[in-house]
Amino acid sequence: MSVLPFFVREYYVEILIIFLINLILAVSYRLIATTGDWTLCHIVVMGVGAYASALMAKHFGWPFWMTMPLAGVTAGLIGFAIVYPMLRTVGFGFFIASLAIGEFVRLCWVKFHTPFGGPRGMINIDEVGKLGSIDFYDAIPYYFMTLVITMGCLFIMYRIDISRIGKAFKSIYQDDILAESIGINVARYRSFAFVIGSFFAGIAGALLAHRLGAIDPHIFILDEMVYLLVWVVVGGSATFRGPIIGVVVMTLLFEWTRPMLEWRPLLFGVILIGFLIFMPGGLESLIPKFKSLFGNRKGAQAKAEKLTESEKSIV
Amino acid sequence: MDLTTFVQTLANSVVAGSIYSTVAVGLALAFGVMQMANHAHGEFFMVGAYVVYVFYALLGLPFPLAVVAAIPTVAVIGLLTERIIFRNTRENVLAGFMATAGLTWILQTLVGQIWGLGFMKMIPTPYMGALNLAGAKVGLQRVLIVPATVILLGFLWFFLNRVRLGKGLRACAQDPDAAALQGISINKMTALAMGIAGAYAGVAGALMAPIHAVTPYMGRDLLITAFIVVIVGGMASIEGAVLAAFLLGFIHTFVTTIFDATSAVMVGVAFMAFILIVKPTGLMGRVKT
Repeated sequence: MSVLPFFVREYYVEILIIFLINLILAVSYRLIATTGDWTLCHIVVMGVGAYASALMAKHFGWPFWMTMPLAGVTAGLIGFAIVYPMLRTVGFGFFIASLAIGEFVRLCWVKFHTPFGGPRGMINIDEVGKLGSIDFYDAIPYYFMTLVITMGCLFIMYRIDISRIGKAFKSIYQDDILAESIGINVARYRSFAFVIGSFFAGIAGALLAHRLGAIDPHIFILDEMVYLLVWVVVGGSATFRGPIIGVVVMTLLFEWTRPMLEWRPLLFGVILIGFLIFMPGGLESLIPKFKSLFGNRKGAQAKAEKLTESEKSIV
Repeated sequence: MDLTTFVQTLANSVVAGSIYSTVAVGLALAFGVMQMANHAHGEFFMVGAYVVYVFYALLGLPFPLAVVAAIPTVAVIGLLTERIIFRNTRENVLAGFMATAGLTWILQTLVGQIWGLGFMKMIPTPYMGALNLAGAKVGLQRVLIVPATVILLGFLWFFLNRVRLGKGLRACAQDPDAAALQGISINKMTALAMGIAGAYAGVAGALMAPIHAVTPYMGRDLLITAFIVVIVGGMASIEGAVLAAFLLGFIHTFVTTIFDATSAVMVGVAFMAFILIVKPTGLMGRVKT
């Protein structure tokens, strides 16, 4: 990943930047989903980060290294405001309620011309600026900055995933009543997962806003949310690597299908339906199977079986 | 707001409520039977409108015939959706909902590639003239929707309450296991529910085709409206859906007239979120979503 940008054309460096941003987005989405709460407003929460960062940069003239974490914090706070009333709902109710609230937030950007710029959005968002002689306006420095931030975010989310907190999230998905009975505050952990996920979505939004230089409410529509669902469904959501596999595979497919642009939604629709019906665990569910296929030793096989048992998909 | 504007808005509200209820009863019925949450319901509406475009505007058949043709066409799409998607994702509401989100893309792309994206389709108005109500003028094409809705809803009520098959559908919605023990085939009932859902969404789209911008994406906005209606009415309740449809028809039309269309949608989604949080069973529902 660190030498790749020097060997490809600039266009592909841009694609790689978006790919890294999508990586943060998909992994943070899965973090929320480990509690069993699938949301439909993650893209809108990312938009909150993008708008927050753009507004802070434009109106206060703050530098990117300040607006990016603050965009994450803003998205986290808005995330808390979104999830707090929704804690009363579970499953499909949560899913649809998040769609409604997300759409409400998005329509606020359409409706209010000050400060959000209405349907045309915001333009001329300040560039990241320079560090010594490195100008982050160029694609390659921006790529490396995004790479460092993405790796940092993924590392933190991985640590959360394997920590006691991450285990508490999964226990809520497995059996919320049992989790409650052993002293896990279900409501608090659910909102905690949502706020952390929103924070990282906000970081991704800030990275996106300052790369694109212009944002509008149409970037954060429900169709984009369904693309995010495709990544997570194709990759699988049971383990940390699932959404990463999903983003890699679907980004490659997205680029390969560029010549048949107009047919792409159809193809992605077929893929989404196919995975949900025939491989609900996603691509990652194949890994233990391959391991058991090639590892002939009995121990490896038993381990693989144990893995498939414990890593049942959340979908 | 003077009297003429008020009467005009009132008449528009009734028309909007009629369309919302015809679309939403199918969604509520499908959700009631084995929790089939159909994301592609708005696209069923869109396909219904395109059937009218093909048969009426392109082939020149009479308008009523084109509307009738929309019923089996979209009902078959509903049946296929049930067979391919919902039957295979029955244990999981979210999986069915996401898979039909994929179906949304498939239908939009197919229709867009066959009949072109570009500008909206021009469909000549079959019934010219307007009805005069206290100075307010309502186009006959709009007025027509109200009796059509009354007939369609009356037919559905008769089917669900007086016909054996319809009673089976209601039994299945109340308790699928008990219904299965009584010898009612769950698979047949889910197929029937999706067939009816498709037929009603299709006929609503067909009736709206001459007075609505016909594009492959026309179902997108309607989907959120239909979900607001169904959730406010109480997910599986058909009576609740009809009541909520007229309620939302009034809210949408009045807010659009007084403020603007964006505010109307905002009020709608805020209302839905409020109901989901405060009274998850909806106005008339028994089933918790």
